[in-house]
Amino acid sequence: MSYNVDEKGYYGQFGGAFIPEMLYPNTDELRRQYIEIMEAPDFQEEFRQLLRDYVGRPTPLYFAKRLSDTFNTKIYLKREDLCHTGAHKVNNTIGQILLAKRLGKNRIIAETGAGQHGVATATVCALMGIECVVYMGEVDIARQAPNVARMKMLGATVKPATSGSRTLKDATNEAIRDWINNPVNTHYIIGSVVGPHPYPDMVARFQSVISEEVQQQLIEKEGTPNPDYVVACVGGGSNAAGLYYHYLDNPEVGIIAVEAAGKGIHTGESAATSALGKVGIIHGSKTLLMQTGDGQITEPYSISAGLDYPGVGPMHANLYTSGRGEFISITDKEAMEAGLLVSKLEGIIPAIETSHAFAIFDHRSFKPEDIVVFNLSGRGDKDLQTYIDYFKL
Amino acid sequence: MNRITEKLKDGGKLLSIYFTAGYPQLEDTVSIIEELERSGVDMIEIGLPFSDPLADGPTIQESSTAALRNGMSTALLFEQLKGIRNSVKIPLIIMGYFNPVLQYGVEEFCLKCAEIGIDGLILPDLPLDVYQEQYEEIFKKHGLLNMFLITPQTSDERIRQIDEASEGFIYMVSSASTTGAKSGFGPEQQQYFERIGSMQLKHPQIVGFGISNAETFDQATQRAKGAIIGSAFIKFLTREGKKNIDKFIKSIKVPA
Repeated sequence: MSYNVDEKGYYGQFGGAFIPEMLYPNTDELRRQYIEIMEAPDFQEEFRQLLRDYVGRPTPLYFAKRLSDTFNTKIYLKREDLCHTGAHKVNNTIGQILLAKRLGKNRIIAETGAGQHGVATATVCALMGIECVVYMGEVDIARQAPNVARMKMLGATVKPATSGSRTLKDATNEAIRDWINNPVNTHYIIGSVVGPHPYPDMVARFQSVISEEVQQQLIEKEGTPNPDYVVACVGGGSNAAGLYYHYLDNPEVGIIAVEAAGKGIHTGESAATSALGKVGIIHGSKTLLMQTGDGQITEPYSISAGLDYPGVGPMHANLYTSGRGEFISITDKEAMEAGLLVSKLEGIIPAIETSHAFAIFDHRSFKPEDIVVFNLSGRGDKDLQTYIDYFKL
Repeated sequence: MNRITEKLKDGGKLLSIYFTAGYPQLEDTVSIIEELERSGVDMIEIGLPFSDPLADGPTIQESSTAALRNGMSTALLFEQLKGIRNSVKIPLIIMGYFNPVLQYGVEEFCLKCAEIGIDGLILPDLPLDVYQEQYEEIFKKHGLLNMFLITPQTSDERIRQIDEASEGFIYMVSSASTTGAKSGFGPEQQQYFERIGSMQLKHPQIVGFGISNAETFDQATQRAKGAIIGSAFIKFLTREGKKNIDKFIKSIKVPA
């Protein structure tokens, strides 16, 4: 049994394409072509070259000595925070913009929550000279002003999502509606391993450069491609999918997924989808999602705007229910303190999303000889105001 | 015989109305259905509200949000519809998104529909292949027809496939759009209506999206069996409430 996607677009019972017929031609076009396009030598050449020269890959795999000493295990950090635009998101947007060009699309749409994926999309659209429209919840526009400004500087149009709770899930709805209304010339760059098949697999493949590099880098440093554990935070789950990808079916490597508990799992203000979610359909995918007993999707909460998605990618839903992945939820408080600790011990200010991953040491221990690779998925610049407010800096 | 199948054999053009259950007021569901039948509507789609209606434009999004805020739920809708067949004879269809049905339990949902006298379901985000593999048997057991959508972008090959799998009618979405996005039909739609008309499908087609008045109803039903009005009716309800529903209906289709 594989933990990767099957030919029908499912991870175990999760995934598929639960979309209205209006979207069928769009996703069908992608489904039929994405693997062939991605595997073509000229695509790979262009993709790899941009990852190297524009994004700055390979990103370092850094042995975090002081952190390792503190927790008495061997901690490596995969430095996705050093990617252009400050997070792993750009790996996917580079891939998808090249794919969109080969599909003959001349207009790009995207959804964004905190604005990181919006910025990464606006960036590659500027790079390629393609029109870009980013949907962002009205509430998020108000609280993420710097990223809104960045997108505008990059030439994108930022459209407010004014329906529902006016956050990420509604921005995603609006992007899907735009795609329904513009089925021919537009490509939708989804930012995470969510949405209808083939998106979860396509995004995971673009992000899989992360674990591909970890394998090579770990051979140099430890003489083995396999760490004992890979650890990543999970909102929709794209950075986690990238770090897990080449280890999914390797039982020697433990998979740890860290979700946002918000103010606590049972406070009603949480984004811990594995703990609180039930099987359902969100944004065209069958997965675990937070919903009422009546099947209405609920609004999650986390101090980190990148983790407050009410669903989780189908790959992760399957890792959770099958037991292949170990899921830990971390509160706002634990995450913020872990972020501060990593800053002080390693001189790296992580994004608050990433900080959640570093808070697992209060929840589980590792052996001194364990090799634990963390995905340092983003840098904390965008979160400075939140850190300032929280710690009264 | 299923009421939908029977109605489709009628000679005339059919007018079907969509509205959101629990809107404008929570308790309006039954009285709107009764008033629609009295006004000469041929078929009704009862919208089961959903928090994230991604195929719908602002009008139906807002009516759904309002209905949920009013307290509408699947269980309550079934409660309200109990006994509806004592007064209403025309076909009744429940239209909604798949997640609330999944949470209620597909089998249980179908059973309730059958008890009430619902004739069919339209669940746009339940894909054809999943329906056939997992749910068709359950629907059939409870006498429910499942209607599928086609759009101007749907290939001939897929339309044939959908026609084969269909029961009742084919829901023909008039343009590549969300609901309520466009009004009126251009040459592109006329061409699409012609194309579908000339395909001689086994199942009659009912056109939806973009129909708001007598003119668009007539255009849509030149080749198709009928047409569905949703957003325009909800706008009317928002503006005028439940009174004068018959005025709205009669402005579109003069009863035979």
